[in-house]
Amino acid sequence: MNEIVPADKIADGGEAAACARAPIGMLCELTHRCPLQCPYCSNPLELDRVNTELSTEVWQDVMRQAADLGILQIHLSGGEPTVRKDLEDIVEVAAKVGLYTNLITAGVTLTRDRLKRLKDLGLDHVQLSIQDVDDANAEKISAYKNGLEKKRELGKWVREFDMPLTINAPIHRLNIENLPNIIEFAVEMGAGRIEVANIQYYAWALKNRAALMPTRAQVMRSAEIVEEAKQRLKGILVFDFVVPDYYAKTPKPCMGGWGKGIMNITPQGRVLPCHAAESIPGLEFDNVKDRRLADIWLNGQAFNMYRGTSWMKEPCRTCPRAEIDFGGCRCQAMAFTGDATNTDPACKFSPLHADFVAAAERESGVPNPPPFVYRRLGGAKTDAVVD
Amino acid sequence: MTGSLPPATARRTRTLISATSQPSLPPHIKLRHDAGRGRWHVLAPERVFEPDPIAVEILKRCDGVKTVQAIAEVMAAEYDAPLADITADIIAMLQDLADKGVVRA
Repeated sequence: MNEIVPADKIADGGEAAACARAPIGMLCELTHRCPLQCPYCSNPLELDRVNTELSTEVWQDVMRQAADLGILQIHLSGGEPTVRKDLEDIVEVAAKVGLYTNLITAGVTLTRDRLKRLKDLGLDHVQLSIQDVDDANAEKISAYKNGLEKKRELGKWVREFDMPLTINAPIHRLNIENLPNIIEFAVEMGAGRIEVANIQYYAWALKNRAALMPTRAQVMRSAEIVEEAKQRLKGILVFDFVVPDYYAKTPKPCMGGWGKGIMNITPQGRVLPCHAAESIPGLEFDNVKDRRLADIWLNGQAFNMYRGTSWMKEPCRTCPRAEIDFGGCRCQAMAFTGDATNTDPACKFSPLHADFVAAAERESGVPNPPPFVYRRLGGAKTDAVVD
Repeated sequence: MTGSLPPATARRTRTLISATSQPSLPPHIKLRHDAGRGRWHVLAPERVFEPDPIAVEILKRCDGVKTVQAIAEVMAAEYDAPLADITADIIAMLQDLADKGVVRA
């Protein structure tokens, strides 16, 4: 039995037509509002404001369209999705049309009653993010007081209602040394799954890269810790280990291939091939208010721009890994090389690979990293060193 | 069938599958037929699996009541295969799925 996350199988070749099958997953950023201010947030630097958010009715219609299109799983995210008072109304429709519903939450605004209601309406799974298992450090990272205590409480309710739980732990310089305790925390919380997710450096994380990047030695050690824990906790905790690609030799197959398995909807309704795609100039993003989801997926300019392999230049075009990693991440290629059709600088064949690795080594080696630029409306206007 | 078990998602010990196990899918794991793609999927937290036709037949029978042995007997008759081989195959498959959190017993 094969796992097909995140990409669906392609019958043949890498051409757009063959790739243009139904996506299996859809990330719904219901809002960019969030009580936390984590400096590695994957939301764009320009956050959508509350008065531009899609209405309940539009989100409900999006759920129906998603099921019709063949999407199997939806990830209700943000910002913090539970700040939307109509979350229940959206979950209710999503569950009714047969979508597998996953709530991605920071867990500080969700009450016991609300969680119970969501469960009764058909919510399938909760993914809870943690900043650290050290209270003071968690507070420093999120700029939010007593968050960890609230998360512990949510964990109790999740167990009480016998709901499946994933702990999502973004890993960086400030918490990487606590990884063994983070894994223990997941076990204590009764999680069935943990994502040990080294920060991917886009958006806010890229702005804060110099404050977040761990050293190569720390990353190698964390990989060993995960490997040991995986064996020890077999059948108890399932691990997802996301490596930081700055220390990799081959790039990650970003999104499992552009326009291949996943779509993302912003709070305003723009439909993106990945959550960072707005950082690439020249892409036109359709809005669910103007166009049907299936039409956007199949025919949208942004989805077809980097679908398959025909857009590739060398060294990707003739690379035997072209359909394994798809040249890596378009957004990272854009951010680091200025051209989204270049190979991802995480790839050893990129002419800029050495500079890319050097940036991580230089920044992680500085004993006193710069202060965080916290994620908040207008916060990105503060200057920060990027590269 | 779950009254005496800890919550499926809060396991402190590994589930070991044997011939006498009574496997089931936890409520949050969904074996679902996808009409659009003309095939079955197993939907799990942030995972989608594609079971092959034999795996689908086995998973359909994982009701928390039938033992692995009973499932193997049906499958051995249906596929005209040696019972010992089928039993071993089913245990291996369900153990793998139990380790992924997809099956409990």
